[in-house]
Amino acid sequence: MSVVTNTTTIGAIDLPSRRNTELALLGFAVAIPVFAYLNVGLALDGEVPAGMLGYGLGLGLLAGIAHLLVRRFAKYADPILLPLATLLNGLGLVLIWRLDQSPRVIAKSMAQFGSYSPDAPKQLMYSAIGVALFLLVLIFLKDHRVLQRYTYISMVAAVILLLLPLVPGLGSDVFGAQIWIKVGPFSIQPGEFAKIVIAVFFSGYLMVKRDALALASRRFMGLYLPRGRDLGPILTIWAVSLLILVFENDLGTSLLFFGMFVIMLYVATERTSWIIMGLLMAVGGAVVVGSTASHVKSRVAAWLDPFGCLETAPEGSNMIQACDQMTQVLMSFGSGGTLGAGLGQGNSDLVGFAANSDFIFATVGEELGLAGVMAFLLMYGLIVERGIRTALAARDPFGKLLATGLSGAFALQVFVVAGGVMGLIPLTGMTMPFLAYGGSSVIANWALIAILLRISDTARRPAPAPAPSPDAEMTQVVRP
Amino acid sequence: MNKPLRRIAIFCGLLVLALLIRDNWIQYVRAGELSTHESNRRVTIERYANVRGNIIVDGKPITGTVDSKDPFYKYKRTYVDGPMWAPVTGYASQAFDANQLEKLEDGILTGNDDRLFFDRTLSMFTGDKKKGGDVVTTLSGAAQKAAFEGLGDKKGAVAAIEPSTGKILALASTPSYDPSSFAGYHDKDAKAWQALEKDPEKPKLNRALREIYPPGSTFKVLTAAAALENGKVSDINAATKTPEPYILPDTNREMVNHARGCENATLKYAMEVSCNSVFAKLGHEVGRDKMVEMAEKFGFNNGEIDTPVRAAKSVYDRNMDRPQNALSSIGQFNTNATPLQMAMVAAAIANDGKLMKPYMVEELRSPDLDVLEKHEPEEMSRPMSPRTAQLVQEMMESVVQSNNGTGGKAKINGVTVGGKTGTAQHGELNKARPYAWFISYAKTESGSPVAVAVVVEDSKATRDDISGGGLAGPIARDVMKAVLDGKK
Repeated sequence: MSVVTNTTTIGAIDLPSRRNTELALLGFAVAIPVFAYLNVGLALDGEVPAGMLGYGLGLGLLAGIAHLLVRRFAKYADPILLPLATLLNGLGLVLIWRLDQSPRVIAKSMAQFGSYSPDAPKQLMYSAIGVALFLLVLIFLKDHRVLQRYTYISMVAAVILLLLPLVPGLGSDVFGAQIWIKVGPFSIQPGEFAKIVIAVFFSGYLMVKRDALALASRRFMGLYLPRGRDLGPILTIWAVSLLILVFENDLGTSLLFFGMFVIMLYVATERTSWIIMGLLMAVGGAVVVGSTASHVKSRVAAWLDPFGCLETAPEGSNMIQACDQMTQVLMSFGSGGTLGAGLGQGNSDLVGFAANSDFIFATVGEELGLAGVMAFLLMYGLIVERGIRTALAARDPFGKLLATGLSGAFALQVFVVAGGVMGLIPLTGMTMPFLAYGGSSVIANWALIAILLRISDTARRPAPAPAPSPDAEMTQVVRP
Repeated sequence: MNKPLRRIAIFCGLLVLALLIRDNWIQYVRAGELSTHESNRRVTIERYANVRGNIIVDGKPITGTVDSKDPFYKYKRTYVDGPMWAPVTGYASQAFDANQLEKLEDGILTGNDDRLFFDRTLSMFTGDKKKGGDVVTTLSGAAQKAAFEGLGDKKGAVAAIEPSTGKILALASTPSYDPSSFAGYHDKDAKAWQALEKDPEKPKLNRALREIYPPGSTFKVLTAAAALENGKVSDINAATKTPEPYILPDTNREMVNHARGCENATLKYAMEVSCNSVFAKLGHEVGRDKMVEMAEKFGFNNGEIDTPVRAAKSVYDRNMDRPQNALSSIGQFNTNATPLQMAMVAAAIANDGKLMKPYMVEELRSPDLDVLEKHEPEEMSRPMSPRTAQLVQEMMESVVQSNNGTGGKAKINGVTVGGKTGTAQHGELNKARPYAWFISYAKTESGSPVAVAVVVEDSKATRDDISGGGLAGPIARDVMKAVLDGKK
């Protein structure tokens, strides 16, 4: 990493706005999913799909409006984030539409519920809502520092959001993990929104407390140990994470929040000791919960030896389901091979449960192959990289911390989900940002991108020319 | 705050790197293992995704395909005369895999074989659905029908070969099963499968290829050939110096004869009435190693006789002592042979001493009927000289033609038929019902068109009635007649 690159960008010179770069990239981001859509249609029915024009226009329109408003309201924002989000969202729609056509999925739904409704139109609507929220954030959030005012309100909101699924009658248990709430016909995953809100709280809190956390400490065995009273926040967050893990049975969400907090703490205080403490606490908590909660235990068993545990798991237990899912997902990836079966030509719907949400990455693996999965991982990596670059470029500590938190959370989420479905770590119930079916996830992630764009716009916006000092002319330099 | 931020950037990079490495591991390193894993339904889905090619007999398919309108496996296998052809086709089931030709030629039948690469690529451009190729067999519908109907509700097997080429003409096994009954994957298929698995009669066993029986007296033709080939007998009409009773070497056990007039009988007479003493003595004189050598030239002790469906290994023990060798020379002790093996013995004799490798796949065809592979007849070995073969033929023909021969039931008017009966004892103290054997060949001016081996096991007839000539002979005759009629 070269340090000399000018990332702090303070100066009065007008930087190129890079909006035209964004427009060109957006062209690709719309064209690629449209061709993918065509590809699926040709593979499944042998003809150009009827909805192609509508889909292309719809996606193009969303991208176009977003671009115009970015031009107007966030002129200096990062040019890559919007095209990447559009591309991922567009391809996600294609994959969901592709799984909608699976005769097996249809037959299963008909047998279970007597009816079948495709998910792609709903996802398209969620995407539209997501883009709308993205635009609202850009229009109304003129400066991200405004969020600083809501530090403690954010904390309350985040805790409420996180604990909502536990409210009886509101929360609903989906395959063991209680991370959903049901409002009328909609299922909402409040954790996805909490991710953003809690990042705001952490940034505001850490910005104020960073000096105390960093400097008032004792040295012990080469580590800077914080004072007891400063330990409060990290202990609280740890406890909340454990609560989520224990009561909502969700390893992913708790890992995400705790990890995000540790990352932000480290960036804020520049003290390695926080990372070490955080890791120890995470491992401790995970071991305790992992060896007691049956849901987590079966996930771990399925991770260690999916094919073996399918045979050894007790009959009728949720361990069988967990192991079966894992083997199905792995076989889906394996069957894809290097180049994949081709869009519309795989059998990733054999995964059965949540094929288009939690396990949508298996469809990428099977139909687009190793090449496709690596491309997707690099796209996600690129989003994270642009987010961290934004953090580096940000001029104010709050913006820095917020961008760090959001991109760190994004990175952790991608890692936890992709690592889970690929069997690198135990599977958790989270969704691939933008790709997976689910309104909460798409809407929250569009908002996340909007905030990152706002921070990067502020960071790259040329500083206003210094106002002429009224003293300047009066003062004479007296030369001897 | 930038220094830790850069470290976080590196950390995020490592997370992505870990994912990339893991992805290469499962999608590249383990791809082959995972994509063909036994619990991977894609293998079966792929197998039944397209119209499956057919197995062809006499230019007509004996298999078929129906569109099952199922979301998992689109097409289902059907069979024409399933029970009759099961020993040839095997089965292809959505739930229970496949076996025999259906399994071995799966690549051609599904269209996935490399040799069909061009067709696949072409159909990709023309937009045609991928189709499987056909497997054309050497079998004869008439001979198969005669064999299957001849066995009827008896338990047994028939193997028929064209001696000059090694083409398998009939391969029947009873009781049989209908592979259509479990071709799908639903409950009724599972029930049918389990019923077959539990059936004590083992209907799924392909007795013609995969079951070994003590060959009994039919083995005597091999002993005769060994004796002639090794110069122990030069004139089949000269008296052999056989005492009555003949005592097995190194023992004081008598060799029991069921026939009369075996003392000093000629080899030809001994063959006609099936004298145990004469052949036990000859086998002893030839010696174990020479007997083993002869048996192995016919295909015994060879576990790799692939037609392409692999036949079970027929056994002539290499390590027996002398009395055991004498017993083995009349097809007792632990000598065992598949019906196909005994048909090969008859075929080699009928083909003047030249054994052709048995095969049942004539050619493999692409969906548009191009020949992908044609099987050429292949010589397997030469167990005996043409002279020896003609002498054995003379003896086998008198078994059928002469008045005191045991094989009279196999006579066909106007055709020379040679044969040998066998009644093999087995079970503890030989108490179980014996196996009735008959091996034979028919001969016309242009050579021999067919050699047959028939075994009927555990027949419903009483023990006294069982004799190779009575039970198995008529079946062999009908099969030979079916082939001869087809040649006209």
